[in-house]
Amino acid sequence: MSPTELIQTDRFVLSETERSAIEHEMHHYEDPRAASIEALKIVQKARGWVPDGAIPAIADILGIPGSDVEGVATFYSQIFRSPVGRHIIRVCDSMTCYIGGHETLLESVQNALGIGLGQTTADGRFTLLPVCCLGNCDKAPALMIDEDTFGNATPEGMAALLEQYP
Amino acid sequence: MATIHIDGKTYEVDGSDNLLQACLSLGLDVPYFCWHPSLGSVGSCRQCAVTQYNDENDKRGRLVMSCMAPVQDNMWISVEDEEAKKFRASVVEWLMTNHPHDCPVCEEGGHCHLQDMTVMTGHNKRRYRFTKRTHQNQELGPFVAHEMNRCIACYRCVRYYKDYAGGTDLGVYGAHDNVYFGRVEDGVLESEFSGNLTEVCPTGVFTDKTHSERYNRKWDMQFAPSICHGCSTGCNISPGERYGELRRIENRFNGEVNQYFLCDRGRFGYGYVNRTDRPRQVLLDGQALSIDTAFARLSDRLKARRLVGIGSPRASLESNHALKELVGAENFSTGLTQSEQELLELTLDILQNGPLPTSTLRDVEAHDAVFVLGEDLTQTAPRIALAVRQAAKGKATEIAAGMKIQDWHALAVKNVAQNALYPVFIASTQETRLDDVADTLHAAPADLARFGFAVAHFIDNTAPVVTGLSNEVLAQAQSLALSLLAARRPLLVAGSSLGSRAILEAAANIAKALKNREKAASISLVVPEANSLGLALLGGKPLESVLDLSTADALFVLENDLYRRLDAQRVDEALSKVSTLVVLDHQQTETLKKAQFVLPAATFAEADGTLVSQEGRAQRFFQVFDPTFYKPGDQVRESWRWLHGLSSALKGQAIDWTLLDHATEACAAAVPALAGIRDAAPKASFRIKGLKLAREPLRYSGRTAMRAKINVHEPRIPQDQDTAFAFSMEGYSGTQELRQQIPFAWAPGWNSPSAWNKFQDEVGGHLRAGDPGVRLIEPSGADSHWFSVCAAYQPEAGRFISVPVHHIFGSGEMSALTPVMQSRIPAPYAVVSSEDAERLGLKDGAQVQLRSDTQSLTVTLNLSTQLQPGLIGLPVGISAIPVKAGLVIDAIEECVQ
Amino acid sequence: MTLASFGPINSSARQEQTHPLTWRLRADGEPVWLDEYRQKNGYAAARKALLEMAQADIVQQVKDSGLKGRGGAGFPTGVKWGLMPADDSITTRYLLCNADEMEPNTWKDRMLMEQLPHQLIEGMLISARALKTYRGYIFLRGEYVDAARNLNRAIDEAKAAGLLGKNILGTGFDFELFVHTGAGRYICGEETALINSLEGRRANPRAKPPFPAAAGVWGKPTCVNNVETLNNVPAIVLNGVDWYKSLARPGSEDMGTKLMGFSGKVKTPGIWEVPFGISARELFEDFAGGMRDGYTLKCWQPGGAGTGFLLPEHLEASMYAGGIGKVGTRMGTGLALAVDTSINMVSLLRNMEEFFARESCGWCTPCRDGLPWNVKILRALEKGQGEPGDIELLEHLVRSCGPGKTFCAHAPGAVEPLGSAIKYFRAEFEAGLA
Repeated sequence: MSPTELIQTDRFVLSETERSAIEHEMHHYEDPRAASIEALKIVQKARGWVPDGAIPAIADILGIPGSDVEGVATFYSQIFRSPVGRHIIRVCDSMTCYIGGHETLLESVQNALGIGLGQTTADGRFTLLPVCCLGNCDKAPALMIDEDTFGNATPEGMAALLEQYP
Repeated sequence: MATIHIDGKTYEVDGSDNLLQACLSLGLDVPYFCWHPSLGSVGSCRQCAVTQYNDENDKRGRLVMSCMAPVQDNMWISVEDEEAKKFRASVVEWLMTNHPHDCPVCEEGGHCHLQDMTVMTGHNKRRYRFTKRTHQNQELGPFVAHEMNRCIACYRCVRYYKDYAGGTDLGVYGAHDNVYFGRVEDGVLESEFSGNLTEVCPTGVFTDKTHSERYNRKWDMQFAPSICHGCSTGCNISPGERYGELRRIENRFNGEVNQYFLCDRGRFGYGYVNRTDRPRQVLLDGQALSIDTAFARLSDRLKARRLVGIGSPRASLESNHALKELVGAENFSTGLTQSEQELLELTLDILQNGPLPTSTLRDVEAHDAVFVLGEDLTQTAPRIALAVRQAAKGKATEIAAGMKIQDWHALAVKNVAQNALYPVFIASTQETRLDDVADTLHAAPADLARFGFAVAHFIDNTAPVVTGLSNEVLAQAQSLALSLLAARRPLLVAGSSLGSRAILEAAANIAKALKNREKAASISLVVPEANSLGLALLGGKPLESVLDLSTADALFVLENDLYRRLDAQRVDEALSKVSTLVVLDHQQTETLKKAQFVLPAATFAEADGTLVSQEGRAQRFFQVFDPTFYKPGDQVRESWRWLHGLSSALKGQAIDWTLLDHATEACAAAVPALAGIRDAAPKASFRIKGLKLAREPLRYSGRTAMRAKINVHEPRIPQDQDTAFAFSMEGYSGTQELRQQIPFAWAPGWNSPSAWNKFQDEVGGHLRAGDPGVRLIEPSGADSHWFSVCAAYQPEAGRFISVPVHHIFGSGEMSALTPVMQSRIPAPYAVVSSEDAERLGLKDGAQVQLRSDTQSLTVTLNLSTQLQPGLIGLPVGISAIPVKAGLVIDAIEECVQ
Repeated sequence: MTLASFGPINSSARQEQTHPLTWRLRADGEPVWLDEYRQKNGYAAARKALLEMAQADIVQQVKDSGLKGRGGAGFPTGVKWGLMPADDSITTRYLLCNADEMEPNTWKDRMLMEQLPHQLIEGMLISARALKTYRGYIFLRGEYVDAARNLNRAIDEAKAAGLLGKNILGTGFDFELFVHTGAGRYICGEETALINSLEGRRANPRAKPPFPAAAGVWGKPTCVNNVETLNNVPAIVLNGVDWYKSLARPGSEDMGTKLMGFSGKVKTPGIWEVPFGISARELFEDFAGGMRDGYTLKCWQPGGAGTGFLLPEHLEASMYAGGIGKVGTRMGTGLALAVDTSINMVSLLRNMEEFFARESCGWCTPCRDGLPWNVKILRALEKGQGEPGDIELLEHLVRSCGPGKTFCAHAPGAVEPLGSAIKYFRAEFEAGLA
């Protein structure tokens, strides 16, 4: 761990909003542990990703070991344990979208942004990720940008689409 | 029992087992990874597949994972079926896709379960031609090394560390073929039982870092069955030596005691044996002498004189007895202070004359309610703490059994029971590391005792009543009493670590109360050192009563540093009166530095002897190596040998103890309570098929070369007259013939600790030849009186009363001398209540000076919200003063910066 | 932005008696909220079940209807319900709705949840009553943001209307329902992995037995049913077993209707509610309109990534478990995929196996370490860098990751399409050998 990350660990404090949202979630379950995934999502929603310091902070609220929280955080693909861009592009890579031209689409996005899967543009605007079937199989290839889903995406149409996400 | 048919043969097996355990118990070679006898089955590795048939006519069958298949009567299976064999080879092949081909440089090589299983399945050709995934390793502290690239993702480490040992800082991260086992970030593993990872891991992800420093293969080490000297639990160990150095300590399976696990003090605290500053020569006033000259000089001085001897709870029975014989019983001290000895004698009295049997370590796990009174077990007898944790988890097994889920079905048990635990109650001065499975009460020692007395009264109202307790404490005592009464088998654990007689008396009352209520209860009393209980059985005077040395001509101090027991002033004064001080020890203690004569004593690694554990189990430890083989001038000898030699010389007799057996026999014959120690291990004449037992594995290499730098002429290997073991690979090292004393775990094809399978009646059960050791104490129930309730704790204005605080790393006298331990030992400190600190205007972490009537000490101040006001906790073995209960500190003053 | 349509289903003709799952869909694809749902006879089944039926009768009716799980495995729902303990003293029980729809080419549950959220709630309410569960969770994949929003709004509406919460319809029956959103991982759709995930653990599957009905979430009796399965329950309760059994085509062993679909380069990809037992050809030609101009059908997959490939000649097969079983694979989710002749099977399988390898939970060896090896061999073959023995090795891997050899059905599902692709298109694989 680098010194700067250590500093961040030391300084990390959950916001009041995050804390109360997590505590609210805990009441939905028989065991507070069940709120761990939601807690990670709450932090991620507020900060874009889950910083190292959030792991012990969440563990503390839920009363479970930090290693359990990290075990969960690193298991699920939509929890980000490193910083991501302002916008997340999730490209569906199901075989339906493969048939629909997913790889051509992906290549064009990669070329346009200059990044590969799992990477973030230098200006911190976009992070590009693969995602399991988005359930838009009549409109392959499909993709999501943040919480918006798009179908029948074409390499040509991507530039205009990305424009909408400054 | 159940009848099963395996490859056409019919066997009787335990019907409650899983099929893997049953097969292994039959001696069949079924490869496995994720299963472990103590961890149960989870079905993740898929290595133990066998073919199961519907009946004798079914020729096709289907693959089942034997670890997940319950044994069923009239079951038809095949281990040798081609499809099963092919599948098992596939599993190893998959595991090998990412496993590095680094066996030649991997420290696990030669005792690697993965190597063994790979050979067993016959996978020997690499078809995978792509890259291997790699990981970064973590720095996990001074004990355990981490090499994640070797990981085969069997999940054993995290299941052991979290589910079994209750650790929280080791986890599994990531998914698919990128799973990582480690901490969230670099740092020292927090569990006091982390060293077991090195044996639980089937390959070289977690290895013994203390061994890395001076590495050699398992097959190149010399071993002996030994007993851990780190505390009074008596765990069985298998220490390994090469080139005259102890290189590693591994667990030695004893089905009644430690089974598969040790604590980190026991595993890693051996470095004092290898210290270069150890006394190795006989010294007279600092001058080296030959042994013969030394004997002559000593005889001259001592003949017909009055000798006084001070024994030791860390020395063997044989050595203590030899000293007693030399000086005469009237001049022999146990080496314990008056207060230590009184506590020990009371402990022995409760065990011998009380109503409850003392629990074996394994049996601790089988109790369904535990009351720990006054002990911080993780610090004073760590392996017992691990066993109490298993007892608590017995509740999960019970719940599962109610749903017809077998106890070995590990995750199912965990899932159905969630966090259900049997009741464990810990009454202690401060937090303990078992609190996560317990209800707790924190109080001053006297009030802990009163709580115990109250519990006794609530169990049986003929026990004395305690007055003046708060309603809250009364309610806790009552509820605890009820849960002990509700249990099938309650266990009471107490001890002398707080130096409180009242706590032991309260324990005695609880024991009696439980017996009166006809509970099938047990007791376990922790004593301070490895042979404390042996010493109690041997008997002797307290230290203070022999310290008036004005009429003595010589004082013998056996493996005992008096400065750890009494104030320096007191010891100095006593020693100044004695004309000849003879000290036998293996470390440069303060006492040894005062000696005219130094007789270099052997550590457990160079000696044979007998210890009695807190269970009352007499166990023999055997010499691992002969130091003179590499250092011909080395004069290190067992203390009993020195003392008996002198004794014979003084009497002008020939030395009549030439064997360990003679020393043991003399002790057993002299002390009726110790008669049983004869049977603690086989005699020197024991042979299997006419052979002695080999200390070295068959492949031990370099024997003709290893001494070449000393002399090119290869001497005869050392001859062990004392025991049935040979300093050689020549001798019996097999598994077929019955033997209890096993220097190292090895069987053909089984080089890792999994080889214990081959020595057990049932895998994970007991040694086929019986578990080593002899229990010396069975309770007579003769004691019929109740102890009366002690007075309540009263803080004294302006003064602090000390309570001892024990540390697994630091409080053990010998392990604390181990270099690798140093970073784990806390700096000298004192702990007081936050309330007192606030009153005195002192902050956490302040440097303060403590003053008593005789001494002063500068330490760091720690604050506690649990410690009672008026108490000051001082760490045992870490402060520069001997810590005992009830020491009065008159003032705590902040040091001027 | 919402993608409202699921092919042409919203504009197709649907009747209450023949399209119990979809007749309430609006033509504009907007969600059907409570008022409209009630106008369309919504919650009538719940009323009947709670006010007029004994709990055991509901279970029996579902058992008799022959309803099978719609998540892909086709386990009889009534049998699963029957596994819940009869012991009434066990008062804490859970009903979980498996809405973790992530199977490639599967998109039916999303439609039901986005457009008919009350139908799921009603189905769960009736099921909860039957199973005596006081609390339910809808385990929804995180990417389904519209479904989450609509379900949550519908739950609020139902609560306000006394259809969820305490003392529902004055019967004294309480049922609380929560939407629990996941954080990504296909394996969460495996019912025991889903339970671990709901408990806030890593989504490794659990060994069975014990089955969730005996010890599920938090060790309590738990029933896990798929979204579409639960959507079937109201109509069964309302219209009865005989009606339900009359829905499927003669010859089908599976009862009722099923959301089936066809995608790929077909003319009108979509989802339709059709009776079990229609032929695949009917689905392909009559509903999906056959291949788009310029594309020729090479092979097809009947129901999700984990089912085997079939040839055009297999289109005669009947779409029900046994019908597809006869031609050598499983029906899965019933949402078929057309593969056209422009697609190279090695590349397609490489894409699919990358998915399966990535989505392995990492628990058992064949899946964790075997599937990535498949991927690497397929990548080599795709680049023409295959080596002699590679295809045999793939076949070996397919065999040794098969059913019974792994901890759960993930790896067997992963190798089923691979095995069938090698069987039918071996030449394409051989072409990848260097």
